[in-house]
Amino acid sequence: MIMHQNNQLTLAEMKTGQTGTVVGVLGGHGLIRRLDGLGIRPGKKVTKLSSTLFHGPVILRADSTQVAVGFGMARKIIVELDKYLPRTP
Amino acid sequence: MMRILLVGNPNVGKSALFSRLTGTHIIASNYPGTTVGFTKGYLKLGQEQAEVIDVPGSYTLEPSSRAEEVTVEMLREGDVVINVVDATNLERNLNLTLQLLERQTPVIVALNLWDDTRHRGISIDVAKLEELLGVPVVPTAGITGQGIRELVGRLPEARVPRNARIYANSDERWLKVGDIVSQVQSLSHRHHTWYERLEDASSHPVGGIIIALLVLFATFWFVRFVGEGIIGYIAEPIFEGLWTPVLMKLSLALGGGGFLHNVLIGELVGGGIDYSQSFGLLSTGLYIPLGAVLPYIIAFYLVLGILEDVGYLPRLAVLMDAIMHRLGLHGYAIIPTILGFGCNVPGIMATRILESRKQRFIASTLISIGVPCAALQAMIIGVVGKQGVAYVAMVYGSLFISWVVIGLILNRAVRGFNPELLVEIPPYRLPPWRVVGQKLWLRVSGFIREALPIVLGTVLVVNILYTLGVFRAIADIAAPVLTGLWGLPKETIAPLVIGFLRKDAAMGMLASLGLTARQLVISSTVLAMFFPCVATFVILARELGVRDLFKAIGVMLVAVLIMGSLQNLIL
Repeated sequence: MIMHQNNQLTLAEMKTGQTGTVVGVLGGHGLIRRLDGLGIRPGKKVTKLSSTLFHGPVILRADSTQVAVGFGMARKIIVELDKYLPRTP
Repeated sequence: MMRILLVGNPNVGKSALFSRLTGTHIIASNYPGTTVGFTKGYLKLGQEQAEVIDVPGSYTLEPSSRAEEVTVEMLREGDVVINVVDATNLERNLNLTLQLLERQTPVIVALNLWDDTRHRGISIDVAKLEELLGVPVVPTAGITGQGIRELVGRLPEARVPRNARIYANSDERWLKVGDIVSQVQSLSHRHHTWYERLEDASSHPVGGIIIALLVLFATFWFVRFVGEGIIGYIAEPIFEGLWTPVLMKLSLALGGGGFLHNVLIGELVGGGIDYSQSFGLLSTGLYIPLGAVLPYIIAFYLVLGILEDVGYLPRLAVLMDAIMHRLGLHGYAIIPTILGFGCNVPGIMATRILESRKQRFIASTLISIGVPCAALQAMIIGVVGKQGVAYVAMVYGSLFISWVVIGLILNRAVRGFNPELLVEIPPYRLPPWRVVGQKLWLRVSGFIREALPIVLGTVLVVNILYTLGVFRAIADIAAPVLTGLWGLPKETIAPLVIGFLRKDAAMGMLASLGLTARQLVISSTVLAMFFPCVATFVILARELGVRDLFKAIGVMLVAVLIMGSLQNLIL
């Protein structure tokens, strides 16, 4: 299991509608690069739009792009939730 | 000849722009040694012809898939790059732009989907963007044709920027992108459009399923309607009015019988040509691909093209992904599967879009066993339907169950990997009709070029085997299975063997045997799952290779033996 701080969770664990900032991708180089090309990278604000039944893909929005990521990938994307942010940058 | 490359992210309206730039003469081909396809066309520049290539869409020049590797390789062979940028998604698109500017090929930027920016509340300072990038920037709208003339006019200004800079890593580049975006773009508040409401609904877990069912239902209805329309009003009149007289003359010239007559024209039924029963190379052999299958293919490719350009397919893939993953596939495998309901041949050809060998094997095997083509379905509904809708449902139910069960087993049995879905979900857009038309033409002509020779060749071989009595020998061997395991009368062997040639004709023969409803259900299920028709068979061999073809046939035989016996026990 991934150890994370109280205000950080994976994209898979986020609830629909929650917004947060990507803080890391716990994946191989290939995954990091593919996500980077789609604009999903540390520092990026993302909103979880929906999840599908039976651990299907998670849909998220980064800027005006909507991206669907497989559930396994969603478990590797660590997001820091907005409402827990101690101060705005 | 000057070579112009259209390069950009996927879903930025690149093909619409391509279609505006080039005339009607376009060619689709595969990049040498790959299954990655691209289209090529020509543009008149003053006195000269220039070649325009629509490079496969890519998010980055640091490739992570074969398609992206091809993009990078093609870049080396271009003289000018038109970088197509989605104006409504500037940040992500400029990342690719900066990567293109690091190279030594002159670049001009087409700020596409410009017409979309206003209702999205985006305004972009084009002059400023041009200054910051150091290359010309032209706002365009591929659908209306806005800005195309200016884009072509400023093509000679394309250049490698003077202030070109190589970024040490992706973070630095994104920093620069952020800097540029903050200087040129301003956003204002706007209301949700009804498009976006529909987008949200079709991504919703429950709403999405309802919409998907509606879309699928409409698709099948449309395909049957258009397909049958083309057959009834175009294909049959042409064959019966124009082609039959030619064949009858040939039949007379061949003396009305003999080996050559049997191979070319087949048997005369009631003194004439019957395109579903004569089985000659020039009669049934031509009629299957052109008269019976092509109409459905046209209808299917038309719907597929529209769904593709509207932006629905990625949503369908996402929705199906969880189920498909349990069958060793991923969401995108739904597209070949749907195509297979029209005709298995293009369905199996479309499995090339899947990434791994495992996925392609499972998808093709499942299509050839569990997905009945349009011609067969029409006959199943016609023949079995006379006994009652419940029996049709039993056939479809059995096929669906075997599709799922075989998938579950193959997922565990076949080695290899099944990558996860990672896909951009584009906003809904009205399809550019020019592009839909062009794609339809490219796909249909591709089907004729690839599938027609295969069908004709195999019909020829099968005809010779049939005349030599090979099938009768097979029938004798298979007879105990029929009567013992499946509880079918011995006469059903002839239709089942004919099913190898044409499954819909085989259904017609079953209809005339006076079977009970129960026997009809078993025989039509067996017919659908059993050996695919010849054309599918050859396509399977080509796409999978001979070794995997034999594995697929093994799966098929075991599946059909078990399913037929189970039905015999339960029903």
